[in-house]
Amino acid sequence: MDLLSLYRIMARIRAFELAAEEASIGGVAVLGQPLDPRTKVRGPLHVSIGQEAIAAGVCAHLRRDDLLTSSHRGHGHTLAKGGDMRRMMAELYGRRDGTNGGKGGSMHIADFSVGMLGANGVVCAGLPIACGAAHALKLQGKPDIVACFFGDGAANRGPFLEALNWACVYQLPVLFVCEDNRWSATTRTGPLTGGPGIAARATAIGVPASTVDGNDVEAVSALAQRLTEDVRATGSPRFLYATTLRVRGHLSADKQGYRDPREIEAAVAADPLALARTRLIDRDRLNQPIDAIDSEVAAEIKAAIAFADASPAPDTATAYQDVQTLGAGTWH
Amino acid sequence: MALRTMTYAEAAASALQAAMARDPRVVVLGEDVGRGGVFQQYKGLQAEFGGQRVIDTPISESTIAGVGVGMALAGMRPVIELRLVDFALCAMDEIVNQAAKNRYMFGGQGRVPLVLRLPIGFWASSAAQHSQSLEAWFAHLPGVVVMCPATPQDNHDMLTQALAGEDPVIYMENKELWGLSGPVDEAAVLPPGQARVMRRGDDLTIVAWSSAVGLAAQAATQLERQGVSASVIDLRSLWPWDRDTVLADCARTGRLLVAHEAVQVAGFGAEVAATAAQATGCRVARLGAPRIHVGFAAQLEAVVRISPQDIAQAAMALVEHAAPDLRQGIRV
Repeated sequence: MDLLSLYRIMARIRAFELAAEEASIGGVAVLGQPLDPRTKVRGPLHVSIGQEAIAAGVCAHLRRDDLLTSSHRGHGHTLAKGGDMRRMMAELYGRRDGTNGGKGGSMHIADFSVGMLGANGVVCAGLPIACGAAHALKLQGKPDIVACFFGDGAANRGPFLEALNWACVYQLPVLFVCEDNRWSATTRTGPLTGGPGIAARATAIGVPASTVDGNDVEAVSALAQRLTEDVRATGSPRFLYATTLRVRGHLSADKQGYRDPREIEAAVAADPLALARTRLIDRDRLNQPIDAIDSEVAAEIKAAIAFADASPAPDTATAYQDVQTLGAGTWH
Repeated sequence: MALRTMTYAEAAASALQAAMARDPRVVVLGEDVGRGGVFQQYKGLQAEFGGQRVIDTPISESTIAGVGVGMALAGMRPVIELRLVDFALCAMDEIVNQAAKNRYMFGGQGRVPLVLRLPIGFWASSAAQHSQSLEAWFAHLPGVVVMCPATPQDNHDMLTQALAGEDPVIYMENKELWGLSGPVDEAAVLPPGQARVMRRGDDLTIVAWSSAVGLAAQAATQLERQGVSASVIDLRSLWPWDRDTVLADCARTGRLLVAHEAVQVAGFGAEVAATAAQATGCRVARLGAPRIHVGFAAQLEAVVRISPQDIAQAAMALVEHAAPDLRQGIRV
């Protein structure tokens, strides 16, 4: 995929998250205070601002029938996999026409229609699910693969070892993608992680790992192309370890008082969109197409906001639906 | 269909064999399943269906269960073998936060038809971590069906039904019943969620499930010699549970005793008793284990067990009180 197309995906993710962030101001009860009643996006919002190049670069090499699992920071993965932006925004708004009918919100964003099997509120929970999906694909003789996104914090949970071992033992078509933004919520991951690093852990378990600058979308895309080809060709797992920098807090309401402001400035300076723009303008002389993409994306966001705003709240009767069939949702 | 005599373990293996022969989506995942499982409840299945469908796994409970979720989302019907309910505690995130919530949280986009086999009950002198009955934990959890078969017939029928469901089933066989032999009529199937009235009496209703059903039946025989006529109802499923059958019998007898091997405090007996008292005004009592752990020494283990004598004694205590006047009928 060319840089302009990758830029477009990143620009859509960035614009979506900036709009969601704006709509979420006053929406988190950090210390138990009541939410601002005007807030459209209530509850915790985990944005991937500054990390968009990984979602864009990896998903550029996924096909519609490939599957994907994500972390709690999953808007970018969903959009890059082809999720419907309008329905995603409606989900963040908690509306009837949201992807999940208002039952999931940001933390459980999902669009199964494009193979996006869900963001997850539990760190590392997507890894075993990704292995299961890949195991099913293998048993079914399908050619598809599974991309499994998670952060650096996940590498310190037990299912990380179990799932990588599983993918190795059964030779499953999974591309593990670790987005290392250096922070486990509000604590540095590095001092809490033993040994020679996350990629080395994958290698030790038998999953070949490659490292890339996760803010360089062309580099991510090039590596993802090679690794997805490897996964498809061999039917065995690969591990893409991408370093990046978190611009915002753990969630958007997190003011990051615990971080050195210079580190945040460095994260802003390393902006993957700015890097891509510079290359497109200075190297490829593509000023006009960038401007066209930017205005196209602005219009798309405006339409998504309007769609979400116009969608009604879910009918409260739906609270009892889709709990289970036998022994369906009930009061007592 | 002719009656066949089978053990409780053979009945389950027979039901699973038939389901696997019928439906290629049914697969088994777990430790030691290839050699038949720790209780021989998978005997012969790997030889018949191969290691691709009867999959020996590493000791990775979180990932065994999580893989089951991913497989189910991708169109399979996995049977997850977790050996003992005690080991399922290593997979609680995958069971509680992933399997049970997936359908709801993602707005009904996916289904998780998963059978989790978590045997409960004593296993002579196996002490505190191999002897628990934790069915109430799962009855408390929206999104799952909870089945506790007490006979070879039910282990055949209920496993067949569990494998045909749309949602996760917590399937709790009892470790002291594996060798129980009895007739299995493949045509005589009660609908899922329906209780079985084992005997009908006039003085009180005894509700039990799993191994307590046999104990309650023995107690009823003893009570008969003492001039007390007891109904014995095998609840079979804890969720959904058959209120209609239980409440109708309680309304008739005016007294309910619920007996189970699990700890009495906050056990499912409390739920049944409270519901019956609220709906029918009947007098209620519960009998379960004391709130202590299962000790190793035979004498300590015996302290935790309920016996037919205990049940008969609790029944007599209930009967010696005058039954309340229920002429006003059932109050809802």
